[in-house]
Amino acid sequence: MTKTRNPATAEASPVATSGGSDVATEEVPRRQAGSWASTLGARRVRRWLASLGRLVLLLFLVTAAAFLLLQLTPGSPVDSILPPDATPAQIASAREQFGLNDPLAVQYVHWLGNVVTGDLGRSYRTRQDVLGMIAEAAPVSLEIATLALLTALLLSVPVAVWAAYRPGGLVDRVSTFVTSATLATPAFVLGILLVFAFGVKLEWLPILGWVPFTKNPAAHVEHLVLPVLTLALGECVLFTRLLKGDMMATLQQDHVLSARARGLPTWRILTKHALRQSSFSLVTVMGVVVGRLIGGTVLVESIFSLPGMGTVLIGAISSRDYIVIQAIVLLTALLYLVLNTLVDLSYPLLDPRVRKERTW
Amino acid sequence: MVTSLDGGPGGGQGGGLVATMAPTAVAVSPRRRRRKWPIGALLGATWLVVVILAALFAQALPLPRPEALSNSFAAMPSWDHLLGTDALGRDVLSRIVFGARVSMAVAVGATSLSLIIGVTVGMLSGFFRGATDSGLSLFVNFMLSFPPLIFLIAVVTALQPSILTLVVALALLGIPNFARVARANTIALADREFVTAARALGASPVRILLKELLPNVMLPVLSLALVVMATLVVAEGTLSFLGLGIPPPAPSWGGMLAAGRDALRTEPQLVLVPAFFFFFTVLAFNTLGDWARSRVGRSSSI
Repeated sequence: MTKTRNPATAEASPVATSGGSDVATEEVPRRQAGSWASTLGARRVRRWLASLGRLVLLLFLVTAAAFLLLQLTPGSPVDSILPPDATPAQIASAREQFGLNDPLAVQYVHWLGNVVTGDLGRSYRTRQDVLGMIAEAAPVSLEIATLALLTALLLSVPVAVWAAYRPGGLVDRVSTFVTSATLATPAFVLGILLVFAFGVKLEWLPILGWVPFTKNPAAHVEHLVLPVLTLALGECVLFTRLLKGDMMATLQQDHVLSARARGLPTWRILTKHALRQSSFSLVTVMGVVVGRLIGGTVLVESIFSLPGMGTVLIGAISSRDYIVIQAIVLLTALLYLVLNTLVDLSYPLLDPRVRKERTW
Repeated sequence: MVTSLDGGPGGGQGGGLVATMAPTAVAVSPRRRRRKWPIGALLGATWLVVVILAALFAQALPLPRPEALSNSFAAMPSWDHLLGTDALGRDVLSRIVFGARVSMAVAVGATSLSLIIGVTVGMLSGFFRGATDSGLSLFVNFMLSFPPLIFLIAVVTALQPSILTLVVALALLGIPNFARVARANTIALADREFVTAARALGASPVRILLKELLPNVMLPVLSLALVVMATLVVAEGTLSFLGLGIPPPAPSWGGMLAAGRDALRTEPQLVLVPAFFFFFTVLAFNTLGDWARSRVGRSSSI
């Protein structure tokens, strides 16, 4: 019971600590709830308005932070355009031309206008359009992250259901052992160990690189297995622990007992009556999971040399291409913020029992 | 019920079987736990004590300097080099020991810093509520609007990498966890009789916060700290692995892993040794953290 309402449960938090989960839903204190909420609809509208206001505020803060990131870093866009032997007069006129002498607030508004119209600037190094660079790399990262999420769910849901159904049984004990071992293995260690085992020792799978799907579908999948597995195993820990705990609580409830008394088959009770209710807890951690997946793809792309956003980001850091870093930080943060807000807004729609306000 | 500390958005309505069964479960399990020695936690503590002592007294240990080169390249373990040497002929054990300094500095330093800030933020907003709460929750939500690794990369990019920047960046990452737990516990405790009594006796808010609430909030916070240490050690390792941590000649476990992976086919020990240390250090923190939480109760998980 407790768990459905409380996303960061004991099982979840060792992993959850690494990520942001509870981007807020609403601010309304509980005691007011009765007074104005004559109808559910009014309450829902208020809730949505409150979270919308908060989202706008956070959007402002995030964009301002991304803007300031470029101000804090050494060098200016002018340096990369002018020849190294430019005279101070040339530098001054270029600064004037690019509006770098305007007040910070004016520069921010100007920059934000460009961002909204899709102009994220040009790379300091290659002079390429930053948005174009990202659009080229993003599908790779999205594919890895989506496949990892699906793999993690496919692996962990059956295990968690069975472990909750037979606590202390073989599946439960093995999965508990495996999850605590995986929890103690950082993703970059796990990735390298998988490469060592399946790539180097067994030689079952290719170690590095990326083959586009259109070129060779089979090789494409082969190259994906290890990166996706590396990313998925980390999420499996969170899913298995959370779902198992929640299922164990659900299985003790009256409606499960009554379903059993009516003689329904076990698999039906587990899937229809228990899993359906408990799977809600997985939705509550989706915010954390998305954040971890975004970070995870950066790492996995670096381990397996995949041409995704993470590789672009790491390359930009080593070549001090700050405008690319800024764009990626901005876009991932915006994506993360919007997804988190959607997850939060979806709670009451998915589970009408949830009327709890979660501020943070 | 025993779960009075549990002030989070849980509890309540449940009813039915769970509610009637809960008290017996709560009463039985601690007694069993006390009789059984927490072997895992003891082993974890021993491992961490060894690693921390080695890191503290790294200079005094009879080891070659971590930067010192020798003539044996990527050698297997021998009496001269207990864990062998790396591709440049540097002693692996020495690099592990000196690399432990980075990991432990981050674990202890960054966690303490984020604990102090996080608990302050959480207790203030939980105690005063209202505008303080809204303002501070905006601050926390702002930090939570970046995916963790992206947040770290942004901070490390803006500040130049050094051990101090690393500690600060990782401390920022940990703040929301502590703030959330401290806030939830403060809210739960603020309505309790002893706080009302202190208020009635004319205690100032500062006194109530420090003398009445802080000692009670610290227990769940400290058990959380162990888990945060584990995540921060991993986060530091990730940054070093990506080449964004301590700059290269200085040893760090993540950097050793990154350097060793090029020779994975021929000299896998260069990767397996730091991987081994990562695994057991994180496992030790997690095991200790789980044990501490089981002693404190579920309140720390809010």
